Amino acid sequence: MNIRMEAIGTTLVVKPEGEIDQSCAAELRSDIDREIHRCHIKNLILDFGGVTFMDSSGIGLIIGRYKQLKALGGKTIIIRPQPQVDKILELSGLKKLVECG
Amino acid sequence: MENYMRLEFPSKSQNESLARSVVGVFATQLDLTVEELADIKTAVSEAVTNAIIHGYANTKGTVEIIGRISGNEIAITITDTGSGIPDIDLAMQPLYSGSADEDRSGMGFTVMESFMDTLKVDSEPGKGTSVTMTKRVGVDAYA
Repeated sequence: MNIRMEAIGTTLVVKPEGEIDQSCAAELRSDIDREIHRCHIKNLILDFGGVTFMDSSGIGLIIGRYKQLKALGGKTIIIRPQPQVDKILELSGLKKLVECG
Repeated sequence: MENYMRLEFPSKSQNESLARSVVGVFATQLDLTVEELADIKTAVSEAVTNAIIHGYANTKGTVEIIGRISGNEIAITITDTGSGIPDIDLAMQPLYSGSADEDRSGMGFTVMESFMDTLKVDSEPGKGTSVTMTKRVGVDAYA
């Protein structure tokens, strides 16, 4: 799992690459949270174009960030999910909470 | 076709990807779709994660996976000898998490149930947990 992040104003673009499971979720979470606090981020764009696999550990990770930013009046957006990722996003009901495209 | 496999590894989270990769390669002996393969790998990832973070929450142990192919069906059993589940019905409820970590979604069993055809959980507190999942492939391919 590699992760690239770029802050544009108060929006953070996060591009994870590889597989998201429980073994990397905690590290991914602390990397994202550090940038959220450091750059006073309100909105999060998760670019999942490079994510080849995700299990429910990723769902927990997204819900946690969504709640955090919602409390600040911000938004979470998921873009370019691959079919396997899209299916688990759908099952989790997360697509009703976050914009997904 | 009849075949089986057995895999055993220590309860380290790095082995989650090993587990789903090995079962995935085994499953490709069936004539399955990309989606069916992804479903199987995701379900295995959930069961192995449960074994590692719940079964062996404060301890270390061995996770065993047995896979069987019979006809167009794959059966996968994931077993730990960890803490066991005190209340299986509660644990299987969507969004219930037995973990204090707020970033656990509580979706593991829901994913297994949705992505596989059958799911059976046997558990005894103090003895461990065994999860058996089956999936018939190629059934809806041309439906």
